[in-house]
Amino acid sequence: MPVTTYIDAIKEGIWEEMEKDERVFILGEDVGIYGGAFKVTKGMLDKFGPMRVIDTPISESAIVGAAIGAALVGMRPVAEMQFIDFISCAFDQIVNFAAKCRYRWGAGVPIVVRGPSGGGVHGGPFHSQNPEAYFFNVPGLKIVCPSTAYDAKGLIKAAIRDPDPVLYFEHKFLYRRIKEDLPTEDFVVPIGKAAIRRQGEDLSIITYGAMVYKALEAAEALAGMGIDVEVLDLRSILPLDEEAILATAKKTSKVIVLHEATLTGGPGGEVVARIAEKAFEYLDGPIVRIAPPDTPVPYSPPLEEAFLPQTMDIVEKAKKLAAY
Amino acid sequence: MAKPSTSDYTVAVPEGLELDRTGRLELYYFMALNRKLEERLGLLYRQNKVVGGLYSSLGQEACSVGTAYALGHGDFLAPMIRNLGSLLVRGVRPTDVMAQYCARAIGPTRGKDLNVHFGWVERGLIAPISVVGALIPVMAGIALEMKMHGKKNIVLTYIGDGGMSTTDFHEGMNFAGVHKLPMILVVENNLWAYSTHVSKQANVKDLAVRAEGYGCYGEIVDGNNVLAVLDATRRARARCLSGGGPVMLEAKTFRRKGHAEHDDAGYVPAAERAEWEKKDPIDAYRRFLIDRRIVDSPDEIDEIDAKIVAILEAAADEALSAPFPDPSIATENVYG
Ligand SMILES: Cc1ncc(C[n+]2csc(CCOP(=O)(O)OP(=O)(O)O)c2C)c(N)n1
Ligand SMILES: [Mg+2]
Repeated sequence: MPVTTYIDAIKEGIWEEMEKDERVFILGEDVGIYGGAFKVTKGMLDKFGPMRVIDTPISESAIVGAAIGAALVGMRPVAEMQFIDFISCAFDQIVNFAAKCRYRWGAGVPIVVRGPSGGGVHGGPFHSQNPEAYFFNVPGLKIVCPSTAYDAKGLIKAAIRDPDPVLYFEHKFLYRRIKEDLPTEDFVVPIGKAAIRRQGEDLSIITYGAMVYKALEAAEALAGMGIDVEVLDLRSILPLDEEAILATAKKTSKVIVLHEATLTGGPGGEVVARIAEKAFEYLDGPIVRIAPPDTPVPYSPPLEEAFLPQTMDIVEKAKKLAAY
Repeated sequence: MAKPSTSDYTVAVPEGLELDRTGRLELYYFMALNRKLEERLGLLYRQNKVVGGLYSSLGQEACSVGTAYALGHGDFLAPMIRNLGSLLVRGVRPTDVMAQYCARAIGPTRGKDLNVHFGWVERGLIAPISVVGALIPVMAGIALEMKMHGKKNIVLTYIGDGGMSTTDFHEGMNFAGVHKLPMILVVENNLWAYSTHVSKQANVKDLAVRAEGYGCYGEIVDGNNVLAVLDATRRARARCLSGGGPVMLEAKTFRRKGHAEHDDAGYVPAAERAEWEKKDPIDAYRRFLIDRRIVDSPDEIDEIDAKIVAILEAAADEALSAPFPDPSIATENVYG
């Protein structure tokens, strides 16, 4: 049985959709002959040709804008940002054009904008960001952040088939570190549905992306201390799976919300608010947020390590909350 | 010792160029320092001392050195990734560069950012961000202040053939043109932007033709001839100072290594590479110094090279003996 890495899962998902649906095409910087900075699109130029695997100028705004235009007339573009940090250059096209077409004049914009996000690889302030919060406040967009190879494949397929603009934030730290056997038959992971990664009774950690693994490591350590942790992987940030969030909060009555986006204004605040509004009476302790401090992502290893939530931080905070 | 070269590429001397012997030797010094510093960084990279990526300006040293050398006191410069040489001309120490690449506490950003991402406003150096093109409007703003206060200064920054495809390039250049700002934009056309050939960035052969669309003066210069680059930049500077508005200088050159150290650039045609390797800016300039008897003997140049090696060894020692930053600084300096 072939074992598929997270990065290959993304590639397979796009590849299969391109084989199945002629409307699907790729555009981005160095996606053709080079196969993308991280090789997500490797081999696609040979397979699908230069009309469907398009090397663009360094013009993120034009990449997304052209994707929008093509999508308006029936195509299914998948736009790559070489690093997700550069999505800022396409901000206007995403938040003002793509996100508002359907609401204003009924025109669907089925585009996918994807790219490598996240830290842990000493990429410094401009190659490590988690930009989901910038877009979280924009109605009309969908945002997904897969953590497993299965989800990486299932969510890219769902994103391509979705009638609306989907931002697909893959985590570069997971690219080659995460692998699993994937089913050979076609599958999708529905957008807006969370997944329980670990069942537990005492405390819930609600998280997504690379932090899922930190949560699971912490849960293992806490199990040894007699604290039984449930880990909920949101998978989609927009829309949030409110049902799953409330269910785990009601089940364990103690909640930690964990993410790699910086603390203030991060998606975690919304998760906390939903629980506070709709499951307050079930809580047996304050909801705890764990996220990087409100700073850019620093470069030097000791600084980046201090910046990113570490397993021991989670364990310590969970112990306190469990004892509350 | 440079290998004997078989190339017939020669350094043409621009008409009317005024540069004394010290200046001529300094140009060599900075180009050689640029190259040898990058070679030393390459070694540190292979020893896993460089924490992030490593970028090379091999073959483009004349662009950085010639442009920066034309600047005067009070001028502002902002480098792009391949302009290490410009920083050296403006007084940045090799230790600073090594400590920055190796993420040490004594680096100019104390480990917070990488490669050439550092600056000092008081020294006229603006730190770039990774997002290509973003510097252009910012430098226009600095030029605007110079104009507002009647300063006899200019700003100079760089853009690649790829970076020219950005929104910020267009808006920044247009802004500078409309306000006739004293700004030089050096377009380093090295034919490649990562794996993308310039023909996929621009539907024109000469990028300098774009200057006209912004009401700016545009000029093409041999980017491998340090004297030509210096001369063109000096004239551009004079034009800016006389109120002539921005200048776009297209330096024709070639990126001899991959986009960064990890990239073997297999997509670059071998013949194209071979053609450009014959036009090495430092080899050619070295031959110029000897042929024109600017130096008495090649030994004199070897002495400069030896001095550089010693400087770099001391710098590497200093950088590597410095500690990594203390984690406590991670949250410092977000606000003033
Ligand atoms: C807006 C933006 N998009 C993408 C990138 C990723 N990237 C970094 S350098 C580069 C190629 C730059 O080519 P060019 O401007 O020609 O400069 P060169 O590397 O040749 O010096 C790319 C695509 C970036 N830094 N900024
Ligand atoms: Mg280039």
